[in-house]
Amino acid sequence: MALIGQALLVLALATALYGIGASLYGARAGKEAWIASGRRSMYALLGLAAFAFGILEWAFIASDFTFNVVAQHSATTIPAFYRGAAPWSSQQGSLLLWVLLLSLWSSLALHLTRRRLRPVVPYATAVLLGLGAFFTLLMVFYSNPFATTTPAPTQGAGLDPLLMHPTMMFHPPMLYTGYTMLAIPFAFAVGALITRQVGADWVRMIRRFALAAWLFLGIGIVLGALWSYTELGWGGYWGWDPVENAALMPWLTSTAFIHSIMIQEKRGMLKVWNALLVLLSGVLAIFGTFLVRSGVLDSIHAFGGSTLGVPFVILLGVMLAGSIYLVSSRREALRTEHRLDSLLSREAIFLFQNLVLVGMVFVIFWVTMFPLISQALTGTKVSVGPPAFRPFIVPLALILVALAGIGPIIAWRRATLANLRRNFSFPAALALITLAVLLAVSDAASRPFSLAMFVLGAFVLAGVAQELYRGASARRAITHDPLPLALLGLVRRNRRRYGGYIVHAGIAVLLIGVAGSSFQHSNQVSLRPGQSTYVDGYRFTYVRPTASATSERIELGAVLSVSKDGRHVTTLHTDQGFYPVNNPSYGAIGRFFQPGNADTQVGLDSGLTRNIWTVVSPPLSSIEPYIAQGDRRFNAAMMQAAKMPPAQAQRFLGVLYQLRDAAVFAIIRHYVSQPAPATFLLIVAPLVIWLWIGAALAAVGGVIALLPLPAPARRRASAPYPVGLVREPA
Amino acid sequence: MDPNRKRAIRLTVALTAALVLATSLIWVSFSAGREDLTASQLLKRAEPGHSYILAGTVEPGSVRRDGPVLYFRVMDPKLPETVAVRYTGQVPDPFAPGRGVLVSVTAPRSEGGTFVAQPNSLTTKCPSKYQVAEPSRRQTRVTKLESAVKDY
Repeated sequence: MALIGQALLVLALATALYGIGASLYGARAGKEAWIASGRRSMYALLGLAAFAFGILEWAFIASDFTFNVVAQHSATTIPAFYRGAAPWSSQQGSLLLWVLLLSLWSSLALHLTRRRLRPVVPYATAVLLGLGAFFTLLMVFYSNPFATTTPAPTQGAGLDPLLMHPTMMFHPPMLYTGYTMLAIPFAFAVGALITRQVGADWVRMIRRFALAAWLFLGIGIVLGALWSYTELGWGGYWGWDPVENAALMPWLTSTAFIHSIMIQEKRGMLKVWNALLVLLSGVLAIFGTFLVRSGVLDSIHAFGGSTLGVPFVILLGVMLAGSIYLVSSRREALRTEHRLDSLLSREAIFLFQNLVLVGMVFVIFWVTMFPLISQALTGTKVSVGPPAFRPFIVPLALILVALAGIGPIIAWRRATLANLRRNFSFPAALALITLAVLLAVSDAASRPFSLAMFVLGAFVLAGVAQELYRGASARRAITHDPLPLALLGLVRRNRRRYGGYIVHAGIAVLLIGVAGSSFQHSNQVSLRPGQSTYVDGYRFTYVRPTASATSERIELGAVLSVSKDGRHVTTLHTDQGFYPVNNPSYGAIGRFFQPGNADTQVGLDSGLTRNIWTVVSPPLSSIEPYIAQGDRRFNAAMMQAAKMPPAQAQRFLGVLYQLRDAAVFAIIRHYVSQPAPATFLLIVAPLVIWLWIGAALAAVGGVIALLPLPAPARRRASAPYPVGLVREPA
Repeated sequence: MDPNRKRAIRLTVALTAALVLATSLIWVSFSAGREDLTASQLLKRAEPGHSYILAGTVEPGSVRRDGPVLYFRVMDPKLPETVAVRYTGQVPDPFAPGRGVLVSVTAPRSEGGTFVAQPNSLTTKCPSKYQVAEPSRRQTRVTKLESAVKDY
């Protein structure tokens, strides 16, 4: 099967290269047959990539350790669900997934445009196939997923325990979907610029793909944050890690683009800006992939073993240089048709919002890359870390939320005083009431930025609610439906607009969650069973230690009782799971208790107002002497077995393994019966759940905006009954 | 107002804002940044009381726990030099001898002393993704424990 996989990759590379040639020749010579052949090459690439990925999936599911990648990233002891998802934990498998997703979305885009945008499509096809060829080339020459070893090992190395988490299994495919979908707007922008067809047509075509890329990238980012919060054992959800930032940057530029695109569609403005944003988003998507695989920056996602940095730098260089050349050489064709009428208009708000988003991208790029920048400028690698982001990102985020509130309720072209009074009175009043209430009943004033975020969040939510209510009321006046039904009908018939408003509400709720979590209280403390400590008024009592052993892991944990004002709130269980390692140097017993091969189960009580989050560091020092003693004795017994005849040695080893298991159980029983002080990290954080609720709401809004309109709504709107016309004077 | 003049004013304001942002960003980066140093660089350059980011590999056999305090030594990637670190705070799950780590440390007052790490500043590189580690460090599930699940 591996040989078939390798052949498929070579065939895929040849198909992509042929498709590039066919598309470009067809475009230059004006031959439709060649253009169609180029398009079909993409469909063929999809078929080949799907077949190859199917083989790799089968190898992982069947634990075929002749495949190097399976031997290095899977094992028979891993549950089938994680074995099926393990391909993208390896570089080779993730490259193949990249090609599969790229060819899937490209085939969809090319199928939808088979009778549209005729001059642009062949160049877009060539660009998409070029990206497909690049990734296939990497697999053929640098990082082959179908490389094999004979004889195959009897067992695989396994998957990192931290990656065995449901969100982690969906997080990478979501990000890859976002990245690969961003290639489509990029390719069509290149095609439009080459052919100088820079009107609104190509923009309308890519809008849905840009929105889908934004949606999937956003879901991927949030799933990563959720994984971090519930699995990594540090209590946070965002660490400004280079790889996190790499996903956030194209998400921000695509957020900017899906707003500014509306101005080009409606007013013919911002053509240069939109072209730049699309190209930048495409480049940043590849840049994100480059950061993941090059190891140029220190990241918790350690990618230092990869050798793909140089090819990616070359690709990025070509993409950047080509983009700059195309935009500068087509600046006459990109000349805007209209000017901004007023700074008090929706166009101006969108433009400010775009500038803020690009400003955020610049800050994130600069701080992320600063170690390399400083090394190039001064010869010393200097890191600035998370504290450097906050003075810039927090104020910019506040401005962004304010603009997200103003944008949907301000008029196009020029807002009048009456428009401002009519649309802003309610949201502004609610924001002021929120401010007054928070100042009166909470300590929010101690964190002015968080306070501002609550107030602006209320402003956005009030603005969105006002728009939904007004729209539903107007619809009810026509249809006489009940208000909820009128609201549903309104959203259904104006999905792009109201889906967008729901996204705004979701982002506001998400940022309220982020601002709320800044008020968290935490305490790292060492406790004996029966002892208590307080965090933000909550009393945490270490009730008892726990221990359990399964065929896959040994869990050492603790039960904590949480109460407030004498009333029981919740009981939490947290533990650290140790996965045995197959390395004799750790000792027969010691290899079951290796801290570096462990994962943490968070004890979490999630509520609408606060989360109680706990993790334990089990005191291994209390059992280490017994582990060392066991290792010494088993080592001596093993040496004794080595001197025995084979049959006797086998019987002896069978007994020895049973004794080993009994010893492991005896040790964890000792952990429970003679508990030593355990170290806990205890966190009480307000409003964290709203971060996830806001993200879910934004995703729902994104899906609504993405769905095609129902057939009747696509037709030109007409009045439900005849309208009497005023007779014109003769 | 003349539209051209209006545009020029808007452009000036936008460029000024961009310039202010860029200047402050550069200033913050250089003033608040800390050097990423290897063990040998740190031993050469460290000034008492100053903070640095130490990058390297945890020396096998050097990890010792004393209650909530973790002691370990960080090896230089190329030279045979190590730095002793005293750390308190959350220890990342993948932390183990032989793994790559980043930790913020403050130089000791006396030469040869232990560098004190900033609490919760320890970052351990994820061991598996996209990187084939040397065979001795590969982590493999052993044959399952013969005993059935047993809870205490």
